[in-house]
Amino acid sequence: MSEVEFDHHADRSRMQVSDEVAIEVVNMNKWYGSFHVLRDINLTVNRGERIVICGPSGSGKSTLIRCMNRLEEHQEGKIIVDGIELTSDLKNIDKVRREVGMVFQHFNLFPHLTILENCTLAPIWVRKTPRREAEETAMHFLEKVKIPEQAHKYPGQLSGGQQQRVAIARSLCMKPRIMLFDEPTSALDPEMIKEVLDTMIELAEEGMTMLVVTHEMGFAKEVANRVIFMDAGQIVEQNEPEEFFSNPQSERTKLFLSQIL
Amino acid sequence: MSDKVTAYVRTEMLEEKAPPSLNTGPLGWIRENLFPNWFSSILTLVSLWIIYKMLVAFIPWAFGGVWNASSLNECREILQGVDAACWAVIHERFWQLMYGFYPDHLYWRPNLALILLIVALVPVLFEGAPRKLLWISVATPFVGPWLLWGGTIWTPVAAALGFVVGIAVYRLTASALSNLAGLVLGPLAAVIWWILLAGRFSDLVSSILPLGIEPVESRMFGGFMLAITLGITGIAASFPLGIILALGRQSNLIIVKTLSVGFIEFIRGVPLITLLFVAQVMLAYFLPKGTDFDIILRVMIMITLFAAAYMAEVIRGGLAALPKGQYEAADALGLNYWQAQRLIIMPQALKIAIPGIVSTFIGLFKDTTLVSIIGLADPIGWVKFIQADAAWNGIVWELYGFVALVFFIICFSMSRYSMYLERKLETGHK
Ligand SMILES: Nc1ncnc2c1ncn2[C@@H]1O[C@H](COP(=O)(O)OP(=O)(O)OP(=O)(O)O)[C@@H](O)[C@H]1O
Ligand SMILES: [Mg+2]
Repeated sequence: MSEVEFDHHADRSRMQVSDEVAIEVVNMNKWYGSFHVLRDINLTVNRGERIVICGPSGSGKSTLIRCMNRLEEHQEGKIIVDGIELTSDLKNIDKVRREVGMVFQHFNLFPHLTILENCTLAPIWVRKTPRREAEETAMHFLEKVKIPEQAHKYPGQLSGGQQQRVAIARSLCMKPRIMLFDEPTSALDPEMIKEVLDTMIELAEEGMTMLVVTHEMGFAKEVANRVIFMDAGQIVEQNEPEEFFSNPQSERTKLFLSQIL
Repeated sequence: MSDKVTAYVRTEMLEEKAPPSLNTGPLGWIRENLFPNWFSSILTLVSLWIIYKMLVAFIPWAFGGVWNASSLNECREILQGVDAACWAVIHERFWQLMYGFYPDHLYWRPNLALILLIVALVPVLFEGAPRKLLWISVATPFVGPWLLWGGTIWTPVAAALGFVVGIAVYRLTASALSNLAGLVLGPLAAVIWWILLAGRFSDLVSSILPLGIEPVESRMFGGFMLAITLGITGIAASFPLGIILALGRQSNLIIVKTLSVGFIEFIRGVPLITLLFVAQVMLAYFLPKGTDFDIILRVMIMITLFAAAYMAEVIRGGLAALPKGQYEAADALGLNYWQAQRLIIMPQALKIAIPGIVSTFIGLFKDTTLVSIIGLADPIGWVKFIQADAAWNGIVWELYGFVALVFFIICFSMSRYSMYLERKLETGHK
């Protein structure tokens, strides 16, 4: 995989990791029918951490981060997000979803709404923010992702990279404390990957807690404080990015890195 | 094959050119679409000849017709052997074809109801209408029937109160018990009110304060007024019911799902006419003795249930066409089930389903003619009555032609509206 050249290098001094725990996953197991897709996952994410998750296709990366806002339910073990345990209790699920933003591979913007409406919908209906205020917040974040002039267009009229930046802005409008990214750039052409990654780097610099499933190793080196390698539903290796790339320990990791780098 | 590559570099970019003239202009169009080769040319000529023959027969028949006569025989005398239409029958029986036996000094009431309905539909159908009109949309379902059937004003008030009761019970139980309890008990309370209490309420209040207009019985209803009344209530009621059934069919709750599937499959497996016979004969057996359950109301219920089953399947098609990502994005943003349905899923699914929905509406409206078989005097019923009259015995084309024309105008308008709606909702995605 090619590495993207970044215009400005991430300022790691601004990315502070605190002692406070943001997400805690304890002995978590998940099955699809009889298929054991996630096996004994243990993971603690502190506030301010930027974690990159990588691994071969089908290893369970998407499933893992989708469990963290309960798009998928787990059968065993515990997932505690922001101090709230995810169980079948709908109230808890709603609380967690308000605190956790998610960005998808295929953007999943709402095609029947304008960019601005995409961004104000959840604040207005879920957070009960007054429309005026929601629109101001939305414009603020659209400026941040550098597309305020597209606010009144529909998603179908934007390029892939622009759509993904709108999707990021849409999540940010809910003022989340944690952001999940599931392969945010893998549906994009090379020149658009950079504009999306730049946005994500800025977000990291502001101290956002981020879990990012990606194969963009340049991004991992630039911002991640931890890289997690998954295979066959398990966490096989985790390390600081420098160590992870220069000195992988397990055979599986070495094989994987040799294939993608 | 040789491995040699012929290197090539373009030195000059090409200018844009107009297309060859044969393909443009009216001549180009005719040539391309009507006479592209000898076989199509023959088909074109044969078709033109058939159309010509039909018009030559039809135009003198239709436009040479007689408008003033009091019987078919009189028409024939006036025409003296010329083969032409006897429109006099339409002229003489026009009001019956339109209103049936509805008292003619009260025609203003159905007319007003129709105007009210059109005004009520404006904010629903067209963007940018004044919001205040929505109040008319809310009042019309109660005021409209009252205008048609007349009687005491307290009947529509009692009917409207059913919704107030339902919503109040929902609010109370939803906050005291749970949302699900509210969703069950609220509608239940409303139904109990309508069946058991609403009648007594309106009797009681009207004995104290009699306010009302001249009542008109259902058997006086007829003609296009009856068809339109049945069609509009069927459309208005089957649409929300269809949405609920489509959602029910997708539900994770096994009971809701089974009931929805069972209902849809049963209704779709039975001809409408059987349901209408059930409405005519059977429904009376199931209801408490002495309840006077209006025949038109019974027919309306059956037509609504029938259309709702089809509507549900059409809407399910729209739901199936939505990518899973839309549900996931709505969930991830924290929208609850009903918010996601109302704000994200339905606007897109219904848009996809517009052609099917409108087809179902058009089908429903045309199916109202089946009520003539169970003795209601819709336009087709009236055609038969008029034919049975000695004065017009033997007249066929003029009556059916007129009925067909009116149906066509209404259905064609619906179809054009659906195309307008599709264009309006196009946001350039996919
Ligand atoms: N809804 C489902 N039902 C059954 N099996 C599923 C479902 N979703 C995913 N799987 C299976 O679970 C495994 C893990 O899937 P997941 O999408 O988490 O992989 P991934 O690591 O994200 O892969 P990729 O890089 O291709 O996105 C795969 O083998 C997949 O086939
Ligand atoms: Mg994946």
